[in-house]
Amino acid sequence: MSAECKTDSSLEKILRSGQFAVTGECGPPRGADAEVIRKKCKLLKGNADAFNITDNQTSVVRMSSIASAVVMMQEGLEPVMQMVCRDRNRIAAQSDILGGAALGIKNMLCLSGDHQKFGDHPQAKNVYDLDSIQLIRTVRQMRDEGKFLGGDEIKGIPRLFIGAAENPFADPFEIRVPRLAKKIAAGVEFIQTQCIFNVPKFKEWMKGVVDRGLHEKCFILGGVTPIKSFGMASYMAKKVPGMDVPAEVLQRVKAVPKENQAEEGVKIAVETIQQLREIPGVAGVHIMAIEWEEKVGEIAKMAGLLPRPAV
Amino acid sequence: MVVGERKPFDELMRMLEGHKKIMVLGCGGCVTVCLTGGEDAVRVLSSQLRMAREKEGNPLEIIEKTVERQCDPEYIDMVETLVPDVEAVLSMACGVGVQYVAEKYAGTPSYPALNTTFVGGSVKEGYYVEKCQTCGECKLYYTGGICPITRCSKSLLNGPCGGSSKGSCEIDPDVPCGWQLIVDRLKALNLMDRYEEMLSINDWRTNRDGGPRKMVREDFQR
Repeated sequence: MSAECKTDSSLEKILRSGQFAVTGECGPPRGADAEVIRKKCKLLKGNADAFNITDNQTSVVRMSSIASAVVMMQEGLEPVMQMVCRDRNRIAAQSDILGGAALGIKNMLCLSGDHQKFGDHPQAKNVYDLDSIQLIRTVRQMRDEGKFLGGDEIKGIPRLFIGAAENPFADPFEIRVPRLAKKIAAGVEFIQTQCIFNVPKFKEWMKGVVDRGLHEKCFILGGVTPIKSFGMASYMAKKVPGMDVPAEVLQRVKAVPKENQAEEGVKIAVETIQQLREIPGVAGVHIMAIEWEEKVGEIAKMAGLLPRPAV
Repeated sequence: MVVGERKPFDELMRMLEGHKKIMVLGCGGCVTVCLTGGEDAVRVLSSQLRMAREKEGNPLEIIEKTVERQCDPEYIDMVETLVPDVEAVLSMACGVGVQYVAEKYAGTPSYPALNTTFVGGSVKEGYYVEKCQTCGECKLYYTGGICPITRCSKSLLNGPCGGSSKGSCEIDPDVPCGWQLIVDRLKALNLMDRYEEMLSINDWRTNRDGGPRKMVREDFQR
């Protein structure tokens, strides 16, 4: 992979220098109080190289990803602005790409977005003018060709490091590697995967990725989520589509007393990271501690990922 | 066909408040096939309305009529002599028919008895499913004859998303994942290479987004 950076993103610098990268996640609040983000940032700072700011995740209205990212930058952290295709057409998407870049955002994650059915406004009209692969192509064209989708020249190029998600555990499994290939053909530079609880299945997917040489065309960060409780794990196993929590993981959490389940969840996360580091082609980890930001540092430390490199 | 579903009875009763004499106008086209707007449906609805209004002590006189199609002016013309005698027409056609009636009879309100639900087909009698969103630029060549715009809940052109699970869409286990169907079909046809072709960003001008659409056969415009 080219060592030459296309942007000023620290995440890009770390990945292109061949170091094992760590990203985290920060969900914006359901209100206009920036303090909520500042508090989360204090817990997260220094524990990863960059932090995703989710974009109305699960279709629940929250503070915008761009605004939250700006608050995060004021706290000295590097955000990854998530953008979903559900809520904006190509005009709004390109406008937000320019706006985000103008405000200093350096990383972006292109997503389809959860269906609005899951959120607090199931009556909403969804957009999907573009899909996530087409959004990748859009931002890549804006950055590298300096052109809007309509063909006009952009004055002031948005320099964003371009990411996307991939879920190796969704069906049909056999198109999950070809789908990554499509994202790479569209111009994606890094991938964060869905939470990995089923390591053997992830390995199988990674083998397909490496066999096609795709790991040399984009950086793959394995997704890790610490389990808080047996209740949370079984909810994810049963209720979250595309989430694969094997019975033995559920059993392991269930087997410990309730008050120790969180600790066990953290242990599993650390072990998962250690296993991921051994898998050829894995360039980093994405730690998603959902509403449990204080654990990111602990997990990163236990996994031997701290301190993070200064770039 | 265009599939329609009858509106809730209470809603129809509210629409007709204040009217003493109406026409219930059926359509012999798609809505007859899907059993919601043809001659039989006209008879059933008219009886229900009469009975309900009778019960209220506020009888409603109804002229029952069904025409061949309500999406052609010539058939709408066939009730020309009857419409001046009624205070409103309750059309049992799809939204197209309701509007044709409204356009033709400017002095008489035209009300919809159905909710026009989708363009689809029948699985069996009384069971209909959506198959086409009339986007105006058919992509079925690339997708094994299964429409991603209609069958994927997010209309993804390069799907499936990460919510596809065991053949089902993330929105409901009873909704098949459109992209699972597409992939299964492409595999069966040995055309999986078409999956890796990126479907380019769509031009939605052929869809409703370009404004109301029309199709004109110039050779018929003499």
